This record gives sequence, C-alpha cells and structure tokens, in this order.
Amino acid sequence: MQETQKDMINRLQKDILRWQGFVPPVADKPGGIGLGPLESAFPNGVFPVGNIHEMVCPTPEQAAATSGLMSGLLAFLMQKGGACLWISTTRKLFPPSLDDFEVQPDRLIFIDVQREKDVLWAMEEALKCEGLAAVIAEVREISFAQSRRLQLAVESSKVTGFLLRNDPRKLGTTTCVARWQITPLPSTVEEELPGVGFPRWQVELLRVRNGNPGSWKLEWVDGHFVPVDEDIMMNELPERKAI
Amino acid sequence: MQSRFLSLWFRHLTTDWVTIRQPELKDVPFILVASERNHMVVTAANSLAEAQGITVGMAAADVKAAIPGLQVFDAQPGQSAKILKQAGEWCIRYSPLISVDLPQGLILDISGCAHLWGGERAYLKEIVNRIRSKGYDVRGAMADTVGTAWAVARFGRIKPIIEPGDQANALLPLPPAALRLEPLILERLQKLGFYTIKSFINLKRSAVRRRFGDNFLLRLDQALGNENEPLQVLHPAEPYNERLPCLEPVRTATAIELGIKTLLSNLCKRLQAEGKGLRTAVLKCYRLDGKIVDATIGTNRASHNINHLFKLFELKIPLIEPDLGIELFTLEAPKVEEVSPDQEILWSPEGCGLADTSLAELLDRLANKVGAGNIRRYLPQERYWPEQSIKKAGSLAEKPTTTWRTGRPRPSLLLPRPEKIEVTALLPDNPPMLFIYKGERHTIKKADDAERIEREWWLDTGPHRDYYVVEDHEGRRYWLFRSGHYSDEGSQWYIHGFFA
Repeated sequence: MQETQKDMINRLQKDILRWQGFVPPVADKPGGIGLGPLESAFPNGVFPVGNIHEMVCPTPEQAAATSGLMSGLLAFLMQKGGACLWISTTRKLFPPSLDDFEVQPDRLIFIDVQREKDVLWAMEEALKCEGLAAVIAEVREISFAQSRRLQLAVESSKVTGFLLRNDPRKLGTTTCVARWQITPLPSTVEEELPGVGFPRWQVELLRVRNGNPGSWKLEWVDGHFVPVDEDIMMNELPERKAI
Repeated sequence: MQSRFLSLWFRHLTTDWVTIRQPELKDVPFILVASERNHMVVTAANSLAEAQGITVGMAAADVKAAIPGLQVFDAQPGQSAKILKQAGEWCIRYSPLISVDLPQGLILDISGCAHLWGGERAYLKEIVNRIRSKGYDVRGAMADTVGTAWAVARFGRIKPIIEPGDQANALLPLPPAALRLEPLILERLQKLGFYTIKSFINLKRSAVRRRFGDNFLLRLDQALGNENEPLQVLHPAEPYNERLPCLEPVRTATAIELGIKTLLSNLCKRLQAEGKGLRTAVLKCYRLDGKIVDATIGTNRASHNINHLFKLFELKIPLIEPDLGIELFTLEAPKVEEVSPDQEILWSPEGCGLADTSLAELLDRLANKVGAGNIRRYLPQERYWPEQSIKKAGSLAEKPTTTWRTGRPRPSLLLPRPEKIEVTALLPDNPPMLFIYKGERHTIKKADDAERIEREWWLDTGPHRDYYVVEDHEGRRYWLFRSGHYSDEGSQWYIHGFFA
C-alpha cells in the first residue's frame, strides 16, 4: 500500500508538470547528458534540452569556467551533427580550446554584432532554426518580455539556448529554465606531482524551474564530467592549508 | 526582329548644363573655354553666342574682343562624358540598351520598345519633350541603323522618323559630314565638289576605296545597314534580370513589397527551370526624380527560393526611399551558380549541420542585418603563435586542412592582445610566484612547465614566448607568458588567456 501511494504521488507530479506545459524531453541515451548527479536537480531527472539556460559569469575567470562546462555540454548536444551559433558583441572565446572538450571548433559559427539589441534579434532568429544543436549569446540585459520571445522560439524548434550574463546586477526575472553559476575550483593532482590538474568547477544551480536548486562539484576528465568525491576534497583541505 | 535605333543629339550639352545650374545666364551669351596649345579656345557656346557667329574652336581672345558683354567660363574636362552618362542612365526607363555617343549624343537601341509608349511618334515625342523640359536642347531621330539615326538627328530637315528600310532615301540629301567621317576626308570631298551624299553614293566602290580608304566605305555601309555596328552599352544587360515598370509611381512599402515579389517569382521561375540559383541580387528602383536607389542582397549558397530571397529583401525595404515615387523596378542577378539539388529528407531533421539549407538561409538573414564580415567560422592554421593558429573560413563548405589538436592545453578565453602584468619570479626557468593583474594579487599555487613558442623566423624576428599554465590560490587558471629570456633586458610578462 505504501508503495502504491508513492507511485501515485510520482505520477501526479509528472502529470502536474505536463499540465504546466513542461514537456519531458526524450532522453535517447541512457545516462542523460553526462552531468551525473547534477541532472537530478531537473524535473524528472532529465537535463532539459530545447530550453534556454542562463549562465551567470561576471568575471573573465568565471566566463572561462562557464565556457568550459558549456563546451562539455555542447559535445553532447552536437553529437547528432548539428551546428552551433555563438552570438556576442565582445567575444573572447578561443576556438581551439573547444577541441579539448571534444567539440570540433569548425562547427561553431560566430556572429559578432555591434549593438546589444542585435544580439537578441540574432538569437531569436537563430533559435527559430530547427536542427541547430545550440545557440549561445552573450547578453548584458534582457527583459522578461524579451526572454519570453526566446522561449516561444525554442518551444517550436527545440533548440537549446544559452544566455551568458556578464552583469550580475542586471539579473531579473526571466523565463529561462535554469540559472547556473560556475566558479573555478583548485584542481588536484596526485600527491607530490607538479602541474595543474583537470579543470574543476563549483557548479551552482541558482534557480531551476520545477526542480531543486543545488550546488555540485564537477571535474572534466578525459571527455566526461566526473562528480568530485567530497571525501577526497575533505582529506585534501588541510594539506592545501599547509602550503 | 527589325532593329531600330534612336539617336539623341544634345546641341548645347555643356552650356545647357551650366544654364540649368545658373538660371540667370539664360538670356546672356556665354562660352566655355579651355586651354589648348597654350591659348584659350572656345569649347562650347550657348545658342545666343552661336547666333552672334561664335563657333567651337575659335580663339577666346578674338571672341571676347568682338562681342562685348560675353561671359566666359572655364570648361571642365570630361564634363560632357559625365553628363551624358547620367542622361543615359536616366534614359534606361525607355530602353535597356543605351550607349553614350561622345561628344554630344546618346544612342538608344529601341528595338521592340516603342509600342509600349503607343508607337514611335509618341515615343520620340515623350523622350524629347521630357529631356527638353529639363532644360536641354535635344534633337532625336529614329532609323534602322545607328548611322542613319545619327545623321538625321543632326542634319535631317524633313522628318525625324525614318521608315524601316528607307535609310538610303533619307541619307541622299544630307551633307557628307552626316556620315561621321574624319575632317581630312570631309575637306577632300568638299574640294572635289561632293556636297551631298547623293553625289557620291553611286560611285564604284573600288574607286572610292582607293581615294578615301576603307573607313569611308565602312561608315557608308553602316549607315545603309549593310554592315553591323556594335554598340558599347552603358549597362550591359545581365543575363538574369527582370524589369517591372509601374503604371503609377509607387510610394508605399506594400507596393514595393509587391514589386519585389513579382520580380523574384519571375526570376526564380527562370532560375529553377535552368537548375541555377543566385548568389547576389541587385534591386534597382528608378525614382521619378531621376535618382536610382538600389538594394543588394547576397546568399551563402546559390538559392532560387522565393520566400527566402524575399525575406532578405524585406530587411532592406525600410532603407528604400521612394521620395516622389518609383516608376520602374529592375532586379538583376550578377552572380548565378548551379544549385546542388537538396537531398530528400526521409526523417525529421536530426541536426542541421553546416551543409543544411536552413542554416545557410539563417546566416543569409543574419548577414543582411549585421554584415557578412561579422559572421565567422574558424579553421586551424599551421602557425606557431596562438593568435595566428586560427584563420577565417571562406565558406560554409570549407574543410579544415590540418588538425585542431596541438597536444598542448589552450585557454578557453584568449585576450585580443596580451596584457602586461607585474610578476615575482624566483628562479629563471620556473613559473612565477605571484602576479598582479588589474590591481589584484594572484598567488600561484600550481603551475605547468613552460611551453616555448617561437616566432616564425622566416616571417619576422624578435623574442620568443614562454607560456605557463598557472593556477592561483582561489583555483582560477591563467595563461601567462614571458616574452624573451629571463635574463634579457626587454623581457616582460604578459597574461594572454583564461583556462576553464
């Protein structure tokens, strides 16, 4: 009896989500998009493709970490052969770095626009184009109405969009499915070995629509996201202090 | 089809041009002069001055002495060619094939044009009246050949329209100068007493050739229509173009839209039938005030999709100023390529790769708004320095010629140009201990060994760079380099990028 009640609640929750217009994306690969435990934060435990994600990256260091995580996501999104558009006014992304994240840099198309308002126009046009793997735009400011326009565009085309927000003071309410913040963390290496380790980030989901926000530590190792084991981190902390 | 030509003769081209700009000169005799062999010579005289006996080629000093109150202006070299070219472009509304006939005329190939204006008489009247209303003294004549039209426009007394096949009769009473001959030959004809064409047209050809040369016969044959005369057309007709004259001048955006749609559907139908697509298209709007407004679009892949091309033009419509109204639209496709047929898609599109039509169409739309130069795609390039290791791809189809993999880490963000930093380094070949960037101290906790990147010595000389991947106390990762050796005088540290 206990079991059936739990099942019922699960089913009802899914129904509510569906009635709210949340279409569960079909996970065509077991294991989702490769983010590991982080995916449980999203409704139904599936990374929502065909939606718009918002990435907060006020400093260049955070922007670098964000583009690292995003490149990892792009590697999964672009597996089906789609191209990707990157729209910005001041672009610093260095295409060869994408190769480290298993993305072919020549499949990215960069659109450098002069004015801020053209970014949103270009993004809306691009999001309407079915079959693109992802559209990334660096925007400073976006109103709720503008974000709704983008949301309407992706609802029919199922393109995944990423908004890079480099001004944390201008964050307002948007229709984005999730708001991320990624900060770099010190990497670890095997004991006594010199050098810099694998890129490691603190990935915070500040807001998730219908989901559970949280914070995770991730590492990019050999073409995969690897959740960082907290115990190892704990063991290392005193050692780092000693340096 | 019987070809017909219209020759226009602007009798006082340059002086009329001056009068239009300075209306107070209308009732004043004036001349234009230019320096020739160190003395001033009359190059043009208006009708009032001509009435007093001034002709082109007289010395300016003599003329000034003879006629008091004569105004003298400097002629601008190349002026008449410029005016004629403008006039020719204006005349495109009457015929697509216009040729400038220096020094004072225009020649229009009007084959099959006149009936649109209700016959040749009405057509000629319309053209001449409109040009005269602009202030130019113009004479026109029509004939089957350029030569006869030219002759009748300048020397004809009876009627300006020569019936088809009637060139010989029209030419007979005209002086030999009507045949566009060199001055030397004209002089000789004059001496021999040949005052009209009638008097020598029936001479034996061999005798004429011996005395006056081949050119003389050629001109005669061209005027009579026995010899073809090629024209140098002002705007060579593009093989792919469409015209849409408007009954009434249009001024609204909706009407312009309709015009573009009509032209596009005609052009695309033709392109489709031939299996071709356009890469660039130029829309020209001929306005009532004689100006031409044009809009150009370009596509990434050859296309004959009406909807797509219309969308590209749609963005340009607000830039088209109709002013008083547009009376003619032309659409040209200067660059046309074979269309690679789209493969039938069996499944719903899984992903639109670079070869996809919808992506190319999206990029066309974006390129029209932000400029094609701002849409970039990068390919690897075998150069040493990181900022030179990528190059812009020429087209969507271009494939990388080398691999991306360098085997060394490359930063996610690269500064457009390296920025100077303050550094404390203990040992010559070790990474620095700390650095100060934008006023913030970064204590370095971890670092990779140096990667030395040399200059390409075959291109330039200078110090090499030693790159270090470093991680600071907060876990932020940077790409620093030292330009030159540690001990060098001019060695300097820079920050060049940020790692993920």
